[in-house]
Amino acid sequence: MATKYDWPAADDRSLIGKRHNRVDGPAKARGAAKYSYDRNLDGMLYGKLVTSTVPHGRIVGIDTSRAEKAPGYKGHVNILNVGDEVQWAGTEILAICADTEEHVRDVAAAVTVLYESMPHWVKDEDVEKAGEANRVKPAKDDTKGPDLEEAWKSADATVEGYYGLAVITHCCLEPHGQVVDWTGDDITVYASTQAVARIPGDLANGLSRDEKIGTVAADSIHVITPYMGGGFGSKFNIDTWGIACAKLSKMTGKPVKLMLDRDEELMVAGGRPSDFGNIKVGAKKDGTLVAYESETWSTGGIAGRGSPPVPYVYNNEERLAQKARHLNVSTNIGPARAWRAPNHPQAAVLTMCPMEDLAAKLDMNPVDFFKKNADLTARPEVYRYEIDKCAEMIGWADKWHKRGDSGSGPVKRGLGMSLHTWGGRPHDSTCEVRIQPDGGVSVNTASQDLGVGTYTTLSVVAAETLGLQIPDIKVNIGSSKLPISGASGGSTTVGGTSASTRRATVNALDELKAVVAEALETEADDLVAKDGKVFSKSDSSKSLTWAEACRKLGNRTITGQGKQPDRNGGKLNDSGVGGVQMADVSVDVETGVVSINKIAAVQDVGLVICLEQCESQVYGSLIQGVAWALYEESIYDQTTGKMLNPDMEFYKLPGAGDIGELEVHMVQNKYDDRGVIGIGEPPAISPGAAISNAVANAIGVRVPTLPLTPDKVLAALANA
Amino acid sequence: MSSKNPTDGPACGLDQEPRKGFSRRTFIEGVGIGAGAVGAIGTAEPARADTHEPVGPDPVAITLNINGKSHELKVEPRVTLIDALRNRLDLTGAKKVCDRATCGACTVMVDGDPVYSCTMLAIEAQGRRIETIEGISTEDSMHPVQAQFVEHDAQQCGFCTPGLVMAGKAIVDSNPQPTMADVESGLSGNICRCGTYVGVRKAVYDAARA
Ligand code: FES
Ligand code: FES
Repeated sequence: MATKYDWPAADDRSLIGKRHNRVDGPAKARGAAKYSYDRNLDGMLYGKLVTSTVPHGRIVGIDTSRAEKAPGYKGHVNILNVGDEVQWAGTEILAICADTEEHVRDVAAAVTVLYESMPHWVKDEDVEKAGEANRVKPAKDDTKGPDLEEAWKSADATVEGYYGLAVITHCCLEPHGQVVDWTGDDITVYASTQAVARIPGDLANGLSRDEKIGTVAADSIHVITPYMGGGFGSKFNIDTWGIACAKLSKMTGKPVKLMLDRDEELMVAGGRPSDFGNIKVGAKKDGTLVAYESETWSTGGIAGRGSPPVPYVYNNEERLAQKARHLNVSTNIGPARAWRAPNHPQAAVLTMCPMEDLAAKLDMNPVDFFKKNADLTARPEVYRYEIDKCAEMIGWADKWHKRGDSGSGPVKRGLGMSLHTWGGRPHDSTCEVRIQPDGGVSVNTASQDLGVGTYTTLSVVAAETLGLQIPDIKVNIGSSKLPISGASGGSTTVGGTSASTRRATVNALDELKAVVAEALETEADDLVAKDGKVFSKSDSSKSLTWAEACRKLGNRTITGQGKQPDRNGGKLNDSGVGGVQMADVSVDVETGVVSINKIAAVQDVGLVICLEQCESQVYGSLIQGVAWALYEESIYDQTTGKMLNPDMEFYKLPGAGDIGELEVHMVQNKYDDRGVIGIGEPPAISPGAAISNAVANAIGVRVPTLPLTPDKVLAALANA
Repeated sequence: MSSKNPTDGPACGLDQEPRKGFSRRTFIEGVGIGAGAVGAIGTAEPARADTHEPVGPDPVAITLNINGKSHELKVEPRVTLIDALRNRLDLTGAKKVCDRATCGACTVMVDGDPVYSCTMLAIEAQGRRIETIEGISTEDSMHPVQAQFVEHDAQQCGFCTPGLVMAGKAIVDSNPQPTMADVESGLSGNICRCGTYVGVRKAVYDAARA
């Protein structure tokens, strides 16, 4: 049923779906945007963690006496105590503060912690060895669909192989951390977070658990985060360091800044679970996929974690026989945190790579094979359309060749593809839109902009609704005192905040129209706000500029409220999207080095609000995908139990020259009726599988695990 | 086939003109002097003399010339330029990310060359012309590289942006007609985690021609 809240029809959209410069672009380009790390408050002290140097052990002594005498020392709080067990190197033991950043390094180094060491295990790839170390636990054993035995019998071709991808870490450029200023009963927190509205409750809880502090009210805490330097799923909580930082502020009566050091950031504040598995797939001669069977295992630290939803995308339970067993490997490494599209990138590798191997065995072009089986997906037409579109963008018809059929020179070129899906439902959100007598309009909601463009999308929604332009709207987000909105995770922000903003703006405009109708002697229903004016549809002589219309308010400010969900608020969002990506790579078989020529991505997200920022999310996903496909890996040493590369020198990330050409196509005007759906996760899923498939196509053999580093490429060639 | 190791970026500068953007060589030369200076010099003067008394570890008074203004401050000799800028002078545009010369987020210009300010001592930056992201635009107008960053949506979280803008400025300052390969090479000492390179490359390329 149509409501007044519905998104304007395609012809009536002047801003939605178009290209716009990022509202916060100039502040960021000028270096004027103040991040949590940039806050310098009067009298501020510097905090630092002391973390465990052993991967597993019991704390038997903590000696801070030397630190307390060191110049600049101001205080410390214990996070763990004597008798507590640490289960990974880098575990937070205490937080200490001093007058300068230099002094805090000295005082932290002067703390001595003694451990009774306990056996550790940090390796995940060899599940048998992990089993011998008693580190493996069954996590899932699912059988679905037609009878598996029968299905294998009906298969004309099968492929059995080993596939996987390593643990990687978020490596947010702004590390986790915050500045806390605890003055009297008020606690102000400048936190690098994806969850502005959630942090007060989280911090209050954490503090109230300390009986020396007693109950702290969530409403005494104000979180301020206008900008934050990257989260990718790792920054939802206040964490031990946030609670400790607040305690240090209370103890010293001074604001305290505690941001993690780079090694801590990489060891304990990030982490995407690995996944490895033996996979078997089978199909009929004509390419019809009939069975998928997997035994997979993964680690995301001590709790294991990381069960991939396999078979992925191709998972019709009526037609595909499927069996998926998963094992958790418990390791003494920093605990996993959500990473863009949790478990999906892994599932894509564990499904799309064996499928492409099967296509090669059947002597089928993967485009035909993936399309033929599209009926096994939830949205066959979407995928078929996207496969064709993406193939056109990458030049598949001209460039694709049979596996390994790539000429005699040392540099082999190949193409590969992958499909993905994601939900992207809206989170809950409330919003207040204000219209001032001076014509000013503000959108107020306790959301946050992780770099996805929230400032811009909300400006566009309000401006479109009021017939104004983007600079006419002031977006206030990044403060927990604003109307509550959800955490930014799982691609839920744009759906949630655009809906609450749209509803709030429509409601505010209704009030303005009522006032203007009186002034113009017409009905509110007869009024339209467009092109910076409020005018009568029936009598063109009755028209006011926006400023004139607002002046009719006298001294009253209009506040319009909007929320998501809202049963009577129209259909503004949805969930469930599909995307296809294809990669064109070159592999030097003498050096084993893989380089990207091009990646093409086609993505459906329902109604696009800001095309440019939407595309930026996809570009960023592809670049992050190149990173984990070719370079990134958290490397752990079993002897010491430590991460060997907690820095940016040996934890490798691509530069501007390592990504090839990227081309993105957002599907617009096809599924707009579904409303807005999130974009953060879906395009981040497929790049690894597409790149791995392209490498297999180029060199004729599968490099089993990501990252596809030169040593692994050469080993795969040698084993062929 | 170009196939460099991602963190080898700056080293690519070795066969380039040194001013074509970031070169680890420029940086190493800078630190080489500085590292010698810490042990050898006797005042907080720029590294020149080798006959003075040692300074530190207590704070020493230094003067830094930043964005055309002279700033007097007292820092321990071990304080890096990035920490002096951010912690003492509230010039927080340049970011500290890796703190060991691998990411470029801390890039500032010293005597017209891009430098990783996490790896230069503040005392060593005395007597030199320091230019930070805050100094390249005016209230009313952005530097062409900044303007093109906005135009091409070359930023997401924006934490890498000031460093990339400075690296981009170094490219366009030294080469009015950089090719895309020049741009990639000049930017190769900077890391962006969100993945903004597509816009960044276009922005720098267009800024040179603006
Ligand atoms: S912070 Fe200086 S190069 Fe990374
Ligand atoms: S924009 Fe986030 S790190 Fe570059």
